[in-house]
Amino acid sequence: MPSMNMIQAVRSGLDVMLERDQSVCVFGEDVGYFGGVFRATEGLQKKHGKHRVFDTPLAEGGIMGIAIGMGIEGLRPVPEIQFADYIFPAFDQITNELAKLRYRSGGEWTAPVTIRTPCGGGIHGGLFHSQSPEAYFTHTPGLFVVIPSNPYDAKGLLISSIELNDPVIFFEPKRLYRGPFEGDPQNVAPWNDQPGAEVPDGYYKTPLGKAVVVREGSAATVIAWGTMVHVARAAIVESQIDAELIDLRTLLPLDLETIIASVRKTGRCIVVHEATRTSGFGAEVVALVQEHCFWNLETPIRRITGWDTPFPHTLEFEYMPTRQRIADALRKAVDEE
Amino acid sequence: MADSQYRVEDPQGGTRDRMVTRTADGRPTLHIPIAPHRPGDEPRYARFTQQPGDLERPDPLANFDLLHDHAHGLVRVLDDDGNAIGPWDPKLGATVLRDGLEWMLTTRHFDRRQMKMQRQGRLSFCLECKGEEAIGVAAGMVYAPEDLLFPSYRMQGIFLVRGMPMVQMMCHCIGNRGDISKGRQMPVHYGWKQGNLVSISSPVGTQFPQAVGAAMAMAYRHESRVAAAWLGDGTSSQGDFHHGLNFASVYLPPVVLQVVNNQWAISTHRNIATGGKTFSARAESYGIPGIRVDGNDFLAVYAVTAWAAERARHNGGPTLIELLTYRSGAHSTSDDPSRYRPDDESRLWPGGDPIARLARHLKNLDEWSDEQQENLENRLEKEVAMTYKQAETYGTFASGPFDPPETLFDDVYERLPHHLEEQRDEIRILGKN
Repeated sequence: MPSMNMIQAVRSGLDVMLERDQSVCVFGEDVGYFGGVFRATEGLQKKHGKHRVFDTPLAEGGIMGIAIGMGIEGLRPVPEIQFADYIFPAFDQITNELAKLRYRSGGEWTAPVTIRTPCGGGIHGGLFHSQSPEAYFTHTPGLFVVIPSNPYDAKGLLISSIELNDPVIFFEPKRLYRGPFEGDPQNVAPWNDQPGAEVPDGYYKTPLGKAVVVREGSAATVIAWGTMVHVARAAIVESQIDAELIDLRTLLPLDLETIIASVRKTGRCIVVHEATRTSGFGAEVVALVQEHCFWNLETPIRRITGWDTPFPHTLEFEYMPTRQRIADALRKAVDEE
Repeated sequence: MADSQYRVEDPQGGTRDRMVTRTADGRPTLHIPIAPHRPGDEPRYARFTQQPGDLERPDPLANFDLLHDHAHGLVRVLDDDGNAIGPWDPKLGATVLRDGLEWMLTTRHFDRRQMKMQRQGRLSFCLECKGEEAIGVAAGMVYAPEDLLFPSYRMQGIFLVRGMPMVQMMCHCIGNRGDISKGRQMPVHYGWKQGNLVSISSPVGTQFPQAVGAAMAMAYRHESRVAAAWLGDGTSSQGDFHHGLNFASVYLPPVVLQVVNNQWAISTHRNIATGGKTFSARAESYGIPGIRVDGNDFLAVYAVTAWAAERARHNGGPTLIELLTYRSGAHSTSDDPSRYRPDDESRLWPGGDPIARLARHLKNLDEWSDEQQENLENRLEKEVAMTYKQAETYGTFASGPFDPPETLFDDVYERLPHHLEEQRDEIRILGKN
């Protein structure tokens, strides 16, 4: 099985779907001829034709508008929003139009759009190339919100998303494109031979709405998604605490069953995410754990998140949750009575 | 600071006064546009300066720059005496014309009944298209059944003409068990997949880029189909208007984009919507044809729509049409226009009433009479009233029956996810207690 990084895996997923299904088309800013600023669509226009993989004007609202129209007409559009920070001009089209189309028409009209967008920090992107806006979208019924943490899942989840008849926002943690970032920017190994980098060439699906237990443990449950899965795993190793690590993979709809089973077992819970804390998706996870596992909890649930500030430039690695912050929280969770 | 008033040419044919504040030494001042008339004013509208026959009808595949005068002028067919004149006369047979008249009258009676039902508390809300019937009806008659349409409010006629049963439209407004949208939308948000009519959405203007995308999909599959969308003068200020036109200009898909310029967006006059002279003129900067048409002239609307649809269907690309009209009724049943415009403004609109104008034309042709009209109106009034009664057999607004509470959770997704299953169970238990 070939080893792929996450960019190659995303590209392979798009390639497979373009090959299998004539109704799939891929477009966005710099996506066609050039192959995308992160190279996710490199070579796809040449292979599949310029009417199936094409460049668009620089207007996210327009990109989303045409994607919805194409979806209504029976295509399976896969638009790219170049950075998740730039998804907001399309917010109305996504949250009011795309997410509610099936509902408002009593199930008559649908638009199976998969929106790919690179998210998250760690690449010196400053305020406007680093954000993690997932919580804006988990607050909107009608959407699926997906975020893979490794190449294998990225391809399998992307194929599942494209085949889904509901709209999906597919966040790609850009810090993970080239290798599994564990919190140390000076030391990022490439994906080669790392777990999750073995990616089949052909078609396969990873189920949506299913979390995965990355590491089994009994002392505490750590819940993370995207880049933070890798930072949390390194923190667990560093802390030498036998914690269980859950990668949510899909935030909406959430795999509550996996979370509940783990917290009932461990009695301790930490939620880690990159996005700002207040009203972040972590708050939802904490509330659900409290509702379902209150009598199993030994210590308070903790959130380790980005600070409640805009995303900084020079201090980004102070902004993003660190191994140390996660390890400290783990120790507190385990030591407290 | 001194105020000075000067006259500007009104693109709609008359003149209007603009109040401009100026400082004595010519420094910039903030210009706040005003509506031509406010309550207490005596409305003055000059007649249209543009006459039927003024504008050529270019070949539908003509280069867009041959349409320059059409973007700034006004396509008319019916003159003030009800005669069809000039190259834009679609030369429709008397049967088609009578059909058009009957559909417009059906629309008006449908609206009248609905407005009455709302006043009686039998509908939560309603919105009529009085004075704009030609727009929905002519479009409904021109576009092919396989074309995909994204109508705006005040286009009840397009649903009726394309065959949506009136009883279903009424059921939708009541929100009863005959409502296709299952009681989820406010009234007048019609949608009917069988007739390729995409469900209306309250965020207006979003449909422009959506129609462009739908047309792109049609071109992608080399289908000889057309997509079309409508929005109002007020909505043309939205970014979606530009997105639609800009993407249309880049990909040249078979789409027709229509601005219904009915002068008023609730209380916002079109002078606040844009400082530009016409809406159709915007098309030129996108390299696509723009045509301005008298929206109360059934024949002109029919002809221009047919021209644009033919252009699109034969790979000629998009067209922007401005339909010049006047919103004779209130914005909705929640609106009181007497608070922001003179009551008689609509009566003085130079475009007149589309139904009266088409009826007069048919009479000039000896194809219609007052008696026929009276008979038709009597029949329609009865039919519409009966249809409303029939609609209420599916449930009334006051007492239902409505869909059971657990249907709240249907159609959020194709399949019910776990968390919605749980919430549905919660509501079921509440129902049992």
